[in-house]
Order: sequence, then C-alpha cells, then structure tokens
Amino acid sequence: MKIIVCVKQVPDAKDVRLDPVTNTLAREGVESIMNPFDQHALEEAVRLKDKHGGEVTVVTMGPPQAEDMLRLAISCGADQAVLVSDRSFAGADTWATAYTLEHALKKIGDFDLILCGKQAIDGDTAQVGPGLATRLGIPYLTCVQKVREASETGLVVERMMDDGYDVVAVDYPALLTVVKDINEPRVPSLKGKMKAKKAEIIKLSAEDINADPTCIGLPGSPTKVVNVFPPEARGDRSVLSGTLDEQLDQLVEKLIPYL
Amino acid sequence: MLEIDKELCIGCGICEDNCPFGAISIEEGLAVVGETCTLCGACVESCEVEALTLDVESKQVQDDLSSWVGVLVFCEFRRGELAPVSLELLGIGRKLADTRGVQLSALLLGHETSDTAQLLIGHGADVVYLADHAGLREFKDDCYSKVTSALILDYKPEIVLAGATAIGRSFIAGVATTLDAGLTADCTKLEVREEDGALLQTRPAFGGNIMATIVSEGTRPQMATVRPNVMKSLDFDGSRKGKIVEITPTEQQLQSRIQVVESVVAEAGRVNIQEADILISGGRGLESEKGFELISELAGVMGAKVSASRAVVDAGWIPYPHQVGQTGKTVAPKLYMACGISGAVQHVAGMQSAETIVAINRDEHASIFNVADIGIVGDLFEIIPKLIRKIEERRKS
Repeated sequence: MKIIVCVKQVPDAKDVRLDPVTNTLAREGVESIMNPFDQHALEEAVRLKDKHGGEVTVVTMGPPQAEDMLRLAISCGADQAVLVSDRSFAGADTWATAYTLEHALKKIGDFDLILCGKQAIDGDTAQVGPGLATRLGIPYLTCVQKVREASETGLVVERMMDDGYDVVAVDYPALLTVVKDINEPRVPSLKGKMKAKKAEIIKLSAEDINADPTCIGLPGSPTKVVNVFPPEARGDRSVLSGTLDEQLDQLVEKLIPYL
Repeated sequence: MLEIDKELCIGCGICEDNCPFGAISIEEGLAVVGETCTLCGACVESCEVEALTLDVESKQVQDDLSSWVGVLVFCEFRRGELAPVSLELLGIGRKLADTRGVQLSALLLGHETSDTAQLLIGHGADVVYLADHAGLREFKDDCYSKVTSALILDYKPEIVLAGATAIGRSFIAGVATTLDAGLTADCTKLEVREEDGALLQTRPAFGGNIMATIVSEGTRPQMATVRPNVMKSLDFDGSRKGKIVEITPTEQQLQSRIQVVESVVAEAGRVNIQEADILISGGRGLESEKGFELISELAGVMGAKVSASRAVVDAGWIPYPHQVGQTGKTVAPKLYMACGISGAVQHVAGMQSAETIVAINRDEHASIFNVADIGIVGDLFEIIPKLIRKIEERRKS
C-alpha cells in the first residue's frame, strides 16, 4: 500500500506565553514543530504500513528549513520525504496550497491513501485536505478518530461528528484527515534517527511540479488578508479578595445574569 | 513579494514587533524578511516611514462578478433536527442581504425535514431550496458537495455561508474547490465593504491571538464558514412570507463513493460544547476522574455543560469531544468557568472569545488569571461546593 502523508511545519505553541499587556504572542525562541495533528496522521500511516506492508511518503509545502521536520518524519518511520519549496509559494491560501500539493503528488506518482491532520494549528482552517482530495477527484473523510479495518481494497473508519461518530467505508484511493484520538505518536528510535540523518530529501520547485504561476502563492490565492489586528482587549480583570465567603458572594452576584 | 526600501527604512523595529509570524528581523539597521513571511501585510500598515510595500499581482478576476447576486446559507439537518447554527446563519445572512439589497435563500438538505423549511422562512429566509431525499439522510461529503455545488451554479449567489461544524467545515471545502471559490474558515464577523460590496470576513488566526480580515475579491461566490454561537438569530415570525423550492437530486449526485455503515450518537457527543451558553471546564487541578463529579454538579446547578483541558482528556478522565483548545474545540460561550486549569496558551486559544471568563485556581500566578474577567485564588474542592450552596440559596430567595 502506498501512503502519502501531508505535513506542515508550524510554530510550537508550547513555550509561548501570552503577553498580558499587549495580548499578543511572545514568540522569542519559539521552535518549529510538525503540526500536532499531522504527527497522528504520520503515526497512522506507519502503523498501516507495519501491518499491511507498503511505503510511506511524507510531503510538505514549506520553506527550506522544513527539511528538519521531514527528517524527523523519517526517523518516526516514513520511507521517503518530499519538500515542495519555492519562494513563489509564499502567501498561499488553502486554495493555492491544495493546488500546489495536487501538482506535487502528480509528480510523486501513484498512491492508495493520503493522510492529513485535521487542521494545522496556525491557520486552523481544515480546508487543505478536502481541497486536495477534491482536486484529485478522490473521496475524503474528515476528523477520523479510528481506523477499524484496512483491507486490500479499502478502509472502514470512524469519523467524528458533533453528536458522536459515523462508521464509514471507503475504497482506495481516498484521503483521510485525522484527529488526535486516533493514536499515540511514537518517539523516534535510534535506528530511525540514523536513517533520517542519511536520508535524501527529494526537493521539488514550482517548475518541477509544472505549477501555473498564476495559481500558486499569494497571487494564486482567491482569499486575501486585508487587515490584521489584535483581538479586542478583554474588559477589566479582577482577582477577587476578602474572605472566601465574601469572594463567593461577589462571584454569585456577577453570575446572576447567567443563572 | 514584500519589498523593503533600503533608503526609507530607518531600522526602527516597529515592523518586527507587528509581524504576527516572527518573520522580520532588524539586521545592521535594516528590516530583513525571513522565510516564514506569509505576505499578510501587517508590517506594511505598521511602517511609519512607508518603507514596506507588498507587490502582488492579483489573481485573474472572474468574468462578470455582477452576475452573482444574493446570499445563500446552508442549513444543517441531522437526525430529525436542525443544527442551531443554521438559524444564526439566517440572522447574519438577513443582515448581509438587506445591506446588499438582495435575496436571502437557504439550502436545506436531509430527509423527513417536515416543516423545517417553513421554520427557516420564519427566521428570515426569502427562499428555501429544499432537497428532502432518503439519499441525503446520512451525511456524505461527496453527495452534499455535488448537490450544493450544482445549486450554487444554478442560482449564482454572491455569498455562501455554512456553519463551522463537523459537517459544514468538511463538505463546504469540497464545494469551494469545485467552484474555484475563496473560502474563509471560522468567521466571527461578517460585513459588507461599502466601496464595492465585497464581503469582509473576520476570523481569529493563530489561536485567536490575532484577528484577520479576509476578502475574496476576484472570485464568486464568496464563501465562509461561521462559528456556532457567535451570530444572533432572528426571532421566529410566523407572518413572514417566503417561497419553498423543492429540488430533486439527480442520480449522479446521490451516487457516493463512501458508505455510512452506522451512525452512533455517543454519550459524550450528546454534549456539543460549541453550542453551550455556559461551560464549566475542568483541568488537572481536579486531581482525578472523581473531581469531575464536582464539576458536573456545578454544571447541573447552573444549567451548564462540562468541558475540559487537554491534560485531563489525555489522562482519560473525560472523552475527547469535551476538550477545549488548540487540538480540541474552540468555544465561545457566554460564560466560561475554568476550574483547576492553568491556562496554557493552547487552552486559551480555544476559549478566549468567551464573553465572561471565571477562573478558579490555587496558583495565583497561573496564566489563566491573565485572561479571566473574574479570578478566585484558592482550593477548588473548598470553593465549588460552597459556590453550589450559595447559588442554590440565591435561587431560593
């Protein structure tokens, strides 16, 4: 089984603190990581490979330094990694990103299954997976929380819904986006790290994937950001004081409109 | 590309501070752009000496944008019930349609929808396109996408809205791709731009730490998903008149490559925390699964739902659908009470748009107090039972 995993490098929010005065992210020293949902997608791909055989290819569209993330993916069990990188991709919205990935995948070759994270934690759109599947003309299922069965021809999975879940069957080729409930990602093994060090990362430019310059990056994006601003500052913040009883009386007073 | 005029740049660093993506640095007295630049333009506006310019060729404008007229909202119907966000979409849709002087239509897909179409009219729709068919009973991305895309191409609305729900976010991205239309996720504010009537779509980005206003200038329809519980619905008015247009999905549209074997309403799923007005949320400070009983009791007294931080979901004290935060759900209730939650940035990202935030935590330095409107420092095992009693007393008096 040939599995493609689409991953994205995002800033790590772990050590980031909100500046209480400006209400913006203090970003100093923030490392880049693989988008958390994508880690689960990669783990699921490697598990499917371990069970049913095949090969796992990770693909990312991103800046040159995303190579580190791809090496990490190899150390976690991916067989090969493709970095789709070009200055002209900068500023791509979800439409242009899906376009770029579609062209990259056509260059990479056949696949049975594409796995993506549910969404990236920096953009939170959840649109690239469905967009990519639609462009490729294959069915997709979002927010998959469990793969129940995998056979030669297809999968039975649980798709998370707002009111529970649906059990859904789909034949290959298909695309799934996954939530974190699906598995617990592994940490890289020593052997994996050695392999990752030596691995050759395949690099594709806009020209390599025959991308139409009017369809990539900011110029190719139907949506444009016209304004960026800090969220409205929250109202007065107060930490209550007095005895606990007094504090609770004040709190109940303030809760009355909600009761 | 982002151009920096070396003659004009004074290396003041304002752009560096304003860049939401940390892509600008000051080197040798000049601003330098790094690889993480997304061309968002925040720096361009911040530059006092106008040294920064964003030079972009616009995507080719579709022919004849003016032939797209009207507002269409997708109304979600499942298991015999209309999703509450549908009425909220009609509320904001009505406002947008009136501003533009156009019709507001609703698309209702499902089976055995009874008088739901009439309900949509009472809540603001001028026209309801109703596809009531057994083949649409279950949610299947490809069928929903085909029916919706075809309807949009038939009626050519300038704006299409759907709820930012599991269903809405999933299939509408397929529709936007099919139509080559711009799509903005999770909007919290929608307005019409005066000059040209374009839809200004505002959404939180980067976990709510910045807000971005987005426009799809050259493509139609302008598509957006809208967060539940943000827009106001209109009161039902039975005297409102509207038209119901029944549409029959074609066989091709009903053909699906996915098969829904079973649809399970999970215990946890019964609580859609995104639609709750009040959330009582528990974190590691609850110490154990039993701690949640206390939270549930308070929720019961307050008519609230229970949610949680990632740490306790990972510990298995409560299922994943209850998780608030970056890798869980984003919520915007009227009241959010964080009990024993430290307030990691990933958690705050999921709840900071709540109207009022109350925090109870024993650590006075916990970062949750930075976002809370009201904070109590203390032991929640002492505070919550007392709070429950006081609320009950208050109720009685």
